Amino acid sequence: MIQSIDYYAVAPLLILALTAGLVLVLDAFLPRRPYVRPALGAVTLAGVVGALAVVVSQALRTGDPLRTFCVPEGLLGSPHAAIGAIASPSTEQTATPAAAAPCSFVVDDFTLVFAGLALAAGIVVVLLSAAELAFGDIPVGEWYFLLLCTLAGAVALPASRDLIMLVVALELVSLPVFALTALRRYDGRSSEAAVKLFLVSVVSTAVMLFGVSLLYGTTGTVYLDRIAQALQQRVLGAPGLRLVLDDADTAYGSALQIGYDLPAVVTVAVVLVLAGFAFKIAAVPFHAWAGDVYQGAPVPVAALLSVISKAAGFAGLILILVVALGGQSAIWVPLVAIIAALTMTVGNLLAMRQRHAVRLLAWSSVAQSGYILAPLGAGRPEAMNASIAYLVFYAAMNLGAFAVVTLVSRRSGRGELDDYRGLAFRNPAAGPALAFFLICLAGLPPGLAGLFAKIVVFRELLSGGGGWLAVVMAVNTVAGLYYYIAWVVRIFTPATEGTETAGRAAGWIPAGVAIAVAGIVAVAFSVAPQLVLDLVPGALIAAG
Amino acid sequence: MSWLLIALLGVPLAGAAVLLVPSGADTAARERLLRVHGPAVSGVTFALSVVLAAAFDHGDAARAQFVTDLAWIPGLDLSFHLGVDGISLPLVVLTTLLTFLCFVYLCRGRADGPGQLLSPGRGGNRPRALVFTLLILEVGMIGTFLALDLLLFFVFFEVVLIPMYFVIALWGGRARRAAAIKFILYTLLGSVVLLIGLLIIWSQTGTLDMTALAQARGTGMSRPVQIIAFLAVGIGLAVKTPMWPLHTWLPDAHTEAPTVGSVLLAGVLLKMGTYGFARIAIPVLPDGAAAMAPWLGAFAVIGIIYGSLACLAQRDLKRMIAYSSVGHMGFVLLGFATLTPAGINGALFGNIAHGLITALLFFVAGAIKERYGTSDMPALGGGMLTHLPHLGSLLTFACVASLGLPGLAGFWGEMLALLGAFEPAAGLSGPLYLVFMALGGLGTVLTAAYFLLMLSRVTHGRSTETVHVPLLAAATTDALPSTGPTGSEDAALESGAGGKEDLPGGGGGTHPPGAVSAGRPRMPDVMGYELAAWVPLIALILLFGLWPKALLLLTDPVVRTLVGAP
Repeated sequence: MIQSIDYYAVAPLLILALTAGLVLVLDAFLPRRPYVRPALGAVTLAGVVGALAVVVSQALRTGDPLRTFCVPEGLLGSPHAAIGAIASPSTEQTATPAAAAPCSFVVDDFTLVFAGLALAAGIVVVLLSAAELAFGDIPVGEWYFLLLCTLAGAVALPASRDLIMLVVALELVSLPVFALTALRRYDGRSSEAAVKLFLVSVVSTAVMLFGVSLLYGTTGTVYLDRIAQALQQRVLGAPGLRLVLDDADTAYGSALQIGYDLPAVVTVAVVLVLAGFAFKIAAVPFHAWAGDVYQGAPVPVAALLSVISKAAGFAGLILILVVALGGQSAIWVPLVAIIAALTMTVGNLLAMRQRHAVRLLAWSSVAQSGYILAPLGAGRPEAMNASIAYLVFYAAMNLGAFAVVTLVSRRSGRGELDDYRGLAFRNPAAGPALAFFLICLAGLPPGLAGLFAKIVVFRELLSGGGGWLAVVMAVNTVAGLYYYIAWVVRIFTPATEGTETAGRAAGWIPAGVAIAVAGIVAVAFSVAPQLVLDLVPGALIAAG
Repeated sequence: MSWLLIALLGVPLAGAAVLLVPSGADTAARERLLRVHGPAVSGVTFALSVVLAAAFDHGDAARAQFVTDLAWIPGLDLSFHLGVDGISLPLVVLTTLLTFLCFVYLCRGRADGPGQLLSPGRGGNRPRALVFTLLILEVGMIGTFLALDLLLFFVFFEVVLIPMYFVIALWGGRARRAAAIKFILYTLLGSVVLLIGLLIIWSQTGTLDMTALAQARGTGMSRPVQIIAFLAVGIGLAVKTPMWPLHTWLPDAHTEAPTVGSVLLAGVLLKMGTYGFARIAIPVLPDGAAAMAPWLGAFAVIGIIYGSLACLAQRDLKRMIAYSSVGHMGFVLLGFATLTPAGINGALFGNIAHGLITALLFFVAGAIKERYGTSDMPALGGGMLTHLPHLGSLLTFACVASLGLPGLAGFWGEMLALLGAFEPAAGLSGPLYLVFMALGGLGTVLTAAYFLLMLSRVTHGRSTETVHVPLLAAATTDALPSTGPTGSEDAALESGAGGKEDLPGGGGGTHPPGAVSAGRPRMPDVMGYELAAWVPLIALILLFGLWPKALLLLTDPVVRTLVGAP
């Protein structure tokens, strides 16, 4: 059997992969000249822009979602043919057209939003890398190769519609980041950060794989929509339980009943998968790695971790929870709500105490994870749209903040908050820009992007069943403002003594461009937030 | 689509945006330009609001006029919906007037005059940033009063936070950092609670249109939902108003803010909270309002008594005026709590009157603080009427207006609020409101007591020699040339740079105490630019005191439709 591949659907991935290879080859064979570093950066940038162009062209296309890597007709057997599967009492229901040939790779609105987000963020990260790499203590070819691999993973992940592809893509996002973190040699902090990230990530992957294997074991399929069907049939198939399910419309009401209908092992699987992803998105109680890793890693890598890697984690989480386990929302909705509340609270409390810029951003991005997670805890299927919208707003604001931090931390090595004293006078462009990004993150005008992002989440919480979560988030918004505004005031306070350290000036152009790009996007999102709300997929995720 | 309302918001916004353009001019030229720019922009805005008031159809004040309704964010149901009616029109004019007067005050005087923050040489005042901040603040204040969309109202409500924070934190007095952070955290907490309330209304009714919601009079919302929403909206607005016991941010913010900051804070920002009660809480949630009104009244009365007692205990002049705001806002809230046309009219009248009177009080108090270098009442000594007769008289006038002397603007609001409490709306407990009325009456007596006590301490009596650091005396004697704008600019920037918490940034505290001239300080009495800023307020206080109908004719039709009275 020959599987046909839709190369247009996978084109962004191919472009990224080929560019990655090209960069490695060019690095090996080009002579060691000063122009090589910017040239490799330019090649990488071209690759990312090319992939983004393909994603945009896919988005402009109308029609059915693109599907590829489907199971060929001839191999279609019973969907429950796997070993140890629950014997399904009725197989007639599988005859729906979508279920005819399950596909592993689907390009729909959901995929395009996340792929576009990852690639647009990738452009900023590449620009920041060019600024970071200007000094030559980091090998260039390897850096860009690893960066492109991560981006390929981040593009592949939201398109995945089976568990195996999902795990592989998630690892493709994670693995290169360990190396990127440690790539600055002879730096104790980054080595420590890399080891920490590696250990945490491996443990979380193991936990998640255990959960995934349990899911596969109970349902006998790896395709997300098939899992949903199998679990659904299991409930519907048992006689006399229809009524229970009808009663169980509200998310919270029915945990016990469904728990009896399905083997308890499904609950275990859901919890384990959730825990695995909680590591990736640095949700409490699996958040402790964030501070050290962000601080130890080069700043562009911290930006990558806080936006691209986090977006990938959320994409996977949403895919598994909404597509595969949508029927089991009674199990995971309360869990997610509690995790969200804890994450935002702990993140904000930790951020309040920080004196180091990147560490503060690390904990603040933990808190922001809580806001992104919160709508999923409200228990409506449409809730993921609010999460995605917040994620897009957050990406623009956070990347902007990291861009300015990159620029400043190159000038003064310490990266303390006090180094930002009087930034608005030393650098009349970067200072106000950073102030704007921080106020956006705090969610106050003039940073309307952040304000509207929060309104979207609040609205979802109050329309769903998350009133208490809205109150927790309200208190957290105030707590968050405390440390953001303290930083903003430093920017506008004249420096007392000579904090103006003669720093290394090279590489300010790409950093400046990155700030400008993020700034323009954040201002555009502030003036016309509808841009983001239009991006968010109207319909639910297409089946595999 | 009405160009007038768009222009009201657009002119200050454009004026602020122009300041962002970097200019190559030297400091002196830029400063001269700035001194024209601020009054010009705010003057045009004020003129526009006067045009608005003239073009307003006074025969149909209950209808929202000059309506502009543009889709902004369909995904959030948020439309750019502006309009003006009898409630919002006076507040819009008040806002533009006070902003204009603040700029006149800031820009017309000599660079070394009291309260002059626009001279770049002294203490790193950053005049351009101050003008920018004040103009953005004006956009937020006007927008709040014009918005007819719940979320748009919220957005403008939030716009004022950051500029006001910076006005306090950068140009404030000694403890400005703590005061500013307290202000913004407190009010943001109020704002998010308000947001939750607004979104509850939205999720129940599916619309954000205030006029439609007010016409629906709560249909579509069950009584418990209305009560919850009223609680959330009410608490959010009460923080801003401020209502006892949510007022604790106010005294610090007022005391530390520079004069223009105090004026705008007391004159306009507090009104945004009470305006929200009249615009959203009471008309949109009538059942919730009816259920919670006794509580609102109780807190209002406690605020009146508490504010007056706190005033009696104050030593600091600005702090005393701040606490007096708590008391006066208590009367406004009591008026709302009666849910009768008389009470709500009284509340709205008291709102405007408080804006005018307290703005004047803060202007005068700021002038006193600039001259004496302190606003501590024992340190001020007495006998202001002998050595600063005009300033002393103005202070007396403002205090008398504030304590509610008949014939001045402060009287009508309190009187109508108490009258409303005498005969509250049907369904509210009569005896309870009688108690409220009695306590409110006691409050007016206490108000008179603390103001007269203050006057007897400050303006009357024998002047003492305990005057501390008479700044202006120093500035007008020989010390002046050495701290001129050109002389030691860098030194002044360095020492007053605001990095050190112990230096008052706004007060021009760079003068060493040693520069105090010996003997009786020669302090200038009221100056021309001060008079220019204050006379309009005095005139309006007299006008509304003698002819209250000028305002009541505007508000009464709206109030009657809001509470559904014939």
